[in-house]
Amino acid sequence: MAEDIKVIVFKLATEEYGIEVDKVQTIERLMPITRVPKTYNFIKGVINLRGVVIPVIDLRGRFGLEEAEHTDQTRIIIVVVNEMEVGFIVDSANDVIDLNRESIDTPPEVVGGIKAKYLDGVAKIGEDRLLIMLNLSEVLNKNEIVQLESFEG
Amino acid sequence: MDMNQYLSMFIDESNDHLQSLNENMMGLEANPDDLSIVQVIFRSAHTLKGMAATMGFEDLASLTHQMENVLDLVRNGKLVMQDFIFDTLFKSLDALEAMVQDITAGGEGKADVSAIVSSLQAIVRGEVPSAQGEGAAPAAAAPKETEAPALLDEFQLSVLEQSIQEGLQVLFIQVSLRKDCQLRAVRAYMVFELLERFGEVVKSFPSVQDIEQEKFDYSFSLYYISQKTAEEMQTLIMGVSEIDNVTSVALDVETLSQLGKAEVAAAVEEAPPVPARENIPPANETPAAAPKREEAKKAPAKSAGAPSRTIRVDIDRLDVLMNLLSELLIDRVRLEQHASDIQSGELTETVEHMSRVSADLQNIVMKLRMVPVDTVFNRFPRMVRDLAKSLDKKVDLIITGAETELDRTVVDEIGDPLVHLLRNALDHGVESVSDRIAAGKPETGSIHLRAFHSGNHVFIEIQDDGAGISREKVLKSAINKGIVTAEQAAAMSDNEAHQLLFAAGFSTAEVISDISGRGVGLDVVKAKISSLGGNVTIYSTPGKGTTFSVQLPLTLSIIAAMLVRLGSEKYAIPLSSIVETGIVKRSQIRSVHGAKMLEFRGSHIPIVSLSTIFNVPDYDDSDEEETEIVVIRKGDKLVALTVQDFIGQNEIVIKNLGKYLPSIQGISGGTILGDGQVALIIDANAFIK
Repeated sequence: MAEDIKVIVFKLATEEYGIEVDKVQTIERLMPITRVPKTYNFIKGVINLRGVVIPVIDLRGRFGLEEAEHTDQTRIIIVVVNEMEVGFIVDSANDVIDLNRESIDTPPEVVGGIKAKYLDGVAKIGEDRLLIMLNLSEVLNKNEIVQLESFEG
Repeated sequence: MDMNQYLSMFIDESNDHLQSLNENMMGLEANPDDLSIVQVIFRSAHTLKGMAATMGFEDLASLTHQMENVLDLVRNGKLVMQDFIFDTLFKSLDALEAMVQDITAGGEGKADVSAIVSSLQAIVRGEVPSAQGEGAAPAAAAPKETEAPALLDEFQLSVLEQSIQEGLQVLFIQVSLRKDCQLRAVRAYMVFELLERFGEVVKSFPSVQDIEQEKFDYSFSLYYISQKTAEEMQTLIMGVSEIDNVTSVALDVETLSQLGKAEVAAAVEEAPPVPARENIPPANETPAAAPKREEAKKAPAKSAGAPSRTIRVDIDRLDVLMNLLSELLIDRVRLEQHASDIQSGELTETVEHMSRVSADLQNIVMKLRMVPVDTVFNRFPRMVRDLAKSLDKKVDLIITGAETELDRTVVDEIGDPLVHLLRNALDHGVESVSDRIAAGKPETGSIHLRAFHSGNHVFIEIQDDGAGISREKVLKSAINKGIVTAEQAAAMSDNEAHQLLFAAGFSTAEVISDISGRGVGLDVVKAKISSLGGNVTIYSTPGKGTTFSVQLPLTLSIIAAMLVRLGSEKYAIPLSSIVETGIVKRSQIRSVHGAKMLEFRGSHIPIVSLSTIFNVPDYDDSDEEETEIVVIRKGDKLVALTVQDFIGQNEIVIKNLGKYLPSIQGISGGTILGDGQVALIIDANAFIK
């Protein structure tokens, strides 16, 4: 018996992604971000979330997508993974859905250009809606970032 | 009842009581004749026992009980304190401490303390090893004198008093069995069963357990609450077979308060004396001690000074309060903006008032985290006493400035380094008695432990009047260990030689004692203090003594900083690393071997553009004619940083940047400014190699 999970749905470019709701602390509107020098481009800086300083990542940048202008719809999703609090800048986030674990398929090798290892799977909802489930520990994996850095020089 | 919710309170209070027991015991050791101290100790032990029993920590309660027995004899003048007793009591305290620690760690506070318990019991029996003479005699006599069964503790007393007030009968009943009684325990059981049918036995003597195990002769006595009258009970008990005699006396409030003066004493006389046996706990309180109770109640307040009026607060809650406050400050800034947009006088006034209040609030919250170093210092007297004993040295520890306040986080961390420095002072600093006499010094050495504020720092000094540090010995040892070469050693100043003590793997002790040989060197002490943002220096005069001076920041989380602007970005530079600020002209900056240098007080120091290093997007100082600089230092090396503007000096709260961010060169953390924005704190060390 596969159980139902609640998933926060957000948009990045043309794709829809999902994060399990228990990993999400809050979803915030865009707020002033303090740039942190000497770090990766996709780390946009730090924000003050009710007295706690939290780094924010542009998820587009993290996935190697082209960065976009921030709009009214832009949201920061604060997630907590392995005691790390991190904010993800996403294009929009406005849905919570119930998902049966059984409906999540293992990810295909390449989805929309994003490395498959960031993905937990792909869920089909309704007729033609695909939801990409994120593997947060991989997205926040710092070892891989270090490699990235040494690649760049 | 769920005890868990009281557990942390129990632990806190137990620690307080243990601390006060330790302190007072030391006080008593210095003034063995001062019985008022014994009263205070007795009170503390008694409260501790009560708490432990309530919480169900039986071992803790029973050990405290044994201590109480000893203390009781002492305060009634039946036992003279002597070294052996002190040592045993201190051992008991250590055992109690271990138990409380076990409880703190989630254990059940169980420990095998039978050795200590039997020593304590031996003391109560008067079997003090060294005391064949005067100390033993009164002690030995004690149990016999206390045969009067007036053995109520305060709690029981108040229960009895309350029962009387509620209109119940409080009876003192003495039962003797016939001498030819075969199964005494069974008889006694029948009596108890009968009693329990009609009321409640508050206290029996001997204890119920002892009676069950037939650890009594032919009589026992008890305090009893019932609705029946004394006569009725007497008849009822006589109804049990093989009973020789029953005395039943009704007590009133007055009798209780004077316990055992008139009627009870009379009743006792009539009854056969209760034999004093080893396994019978001796009287907790003799009738004569009853008036002293009153004194005991007042004593702690008097001798311990005014009790501090404090409450305990979980530090996490303070952090929450702090965070809420910073949110409030953010809203305040927004309100201020709206107010100035709307141009309403009344609104502006209100907002201004709110600003002042919230600023005060912020100050207070910051201060809430400050605790006196006292909480660390107070465990040292005991430690020094024990150490001095084991080293066979005589030492006075003089503590001053214990009220000096430090941030809780610093106080928590500073204990271990101080312990080590104190050990060091005792072990290596203060000489043995014979050496001291030979050197013409008083045989008792002194160690000063003092704390004081100075500027933005707190200093803690440990000063001994011992032999001082021998430069030759230190250098010899350092050369042997390969820390320095002979040439380097020869060129060293005394101060530099002293600093060698902090080198890793260094120890001057020729014989590794159990004090210094704990595998922790002064290097660890230094590292710990450095990690707290502090510093240790040694001053030593041969023959006169050594001083270790520990400099600590007031707090780890709040620092004074200079806020600077680079384009739209703001950065904070800790004041502690700033030497000077100023303005330089382009013409003053020279290029030395491709690097930009600035002449500063007769020497050339590198000048670094902060905006270039941090790639600030909207500011570039490359074509400024005049530029503001901040000269920062690390040790004795200096660097000038160029910035756009100074915003001003501010107290800032240091926040870390979260676990995700890799350590960023040049940035040591972040802080939240009044407008709610995050400003990064510059790590001056990173700019100086």
